[in-house]
Amino acid sequence: MLAALVIVFREIIEAGLIVGIVLAATRGVPRRGLWVGYGVLAGTLGACLIAACAGRIAALFEGQGQELFNAGILVLAVGMLAWHNVWMASHGRVMAKEMREVGSAVAAGRKPLTALAIVCGVAVLREGSEIVLFLYSVAASGSTSLAAMAAGGALGLLGGACLSALMYLGLVTVPARHLFRVTSGLIILLAAGLAAQAIALIQQAGHLEVLTSTVWDSSWLLGDDSLGGRLVHTLIGYTARPNGAQIAVYLSTIVVIAGLMRLFPSLPAKVDRARTR
Amino acid sequence: MPMSLSVRDRDRRLALGLWLSLGLLPVAIAARAEEPATLEVTIKDHRFAPAEPRVKAGKPAFLVVTNLDSTPEEFESRQLAIEKVIPPGAKARIRVRPLAPGRYEFIGEFHKGVAHGAILSE
Repeated sequence: MLAALVIVFREIIEAGLIVGIVLAATRGVPRRGLWVGYGVLAGTLGACLIAACAGRIAALFEGQGQELFNAGILVLAVGMLAWHNVWMASHGRVMAKEMREVGSAVAAGRKPLTALAIVCGVAVLREGSEIVLFLYSVAASGSTSLAAMAAGGALGLLGGACLSALMYLGLVTVPARHLFRVTSGLIILLAAGLAAQAIALIQQAGHLEVLTSTVWDSSWLLGDDSLGGRLVHTLIGYTARPNGAQIAVYLSTIVVIAGLMRLFPSLPAKVDRARTR
Repeated sequence: MPMSLSVRDRDRRLALGLWLSLGLLPVAIAARAEEPATLEVTIKDHRFAPAEPRVKAGKPAFLVVTNLDSTPEEFESRQLAIEKVIPPGAKARIRVRPLAPGRYEFIGEFHKGVAHGAILSE
């Protein structure tokens, strides 16, 4: 039961925190709940599908299918987060202004919602497939009773959901005019962390033989398995033992997204402002 | 005849050459890298055998983990930054970076109670 609780909790907070940030980032956008809901639902279905095909995926690309598949999913999420932030940089000012004027009624485009629905979907997909595989594995080996496992899983789900909700509630207390800045900062770090994970997976598959040695080891301070470690891992991509390539990819993701946000600030915003009037 | 090549043709050739060399880059990298050693580990009844495979310090290696159980397992090592699900009956090939001498523990995440092991680098 404890094992089920720990694993479900761990995977839920990873997916849940991402969903929480997305919800905070889209506060005031009409029908965002629907889109995020679609993303979570699609992710859940996909997770079951992936778990069912785990054997076949693993066998792809000479046994490295799993890494490359996961890395692909992460890169997709990074791309979507970057797109969202760049879009927000060009439209955010208008949106923030309108939020102050008419409360929560913001006429937002649908584009970043699809991007963020995909982000939620892939987060749930990745973490969910591990839950499914684990629960199946425990159930099949018959070491725990099904009831105990279900109880553990439910508690883990509840705990993870509560923590994610706290995160969301904390974020929405940020005043609206700062909210975009805070959430776009969070999303940049989130994206950088995901990109660093992607590169680690590609290295695990043996495809990138550069900068593989560990740069520092801060596991004595904050271990990867501790609750705090998991939280900062999801939020800002913390790893106790990062290697050179992970750090390089982490930093360059930040630079690229922040640079793109600066490159495309005003032009589309003008068009949008003209349209919304 | 290279003398009669127009500028556009030359550009095309240049582009083609660039693409080809980009395509060959992985081959070049692979050729340069030295052939890594292979460590074989099997999982049976949620236990690793051998539980403590040895590797030469400072040399890259591939860890090949075969899951003989009828349940999936997640091969995980925090120290080595490895996390890989191995479906029942499947074989996983995992890259291990060159290691300093020492003991690098790994576990089977789905059966933490019994599935323990470590790579000994010496």
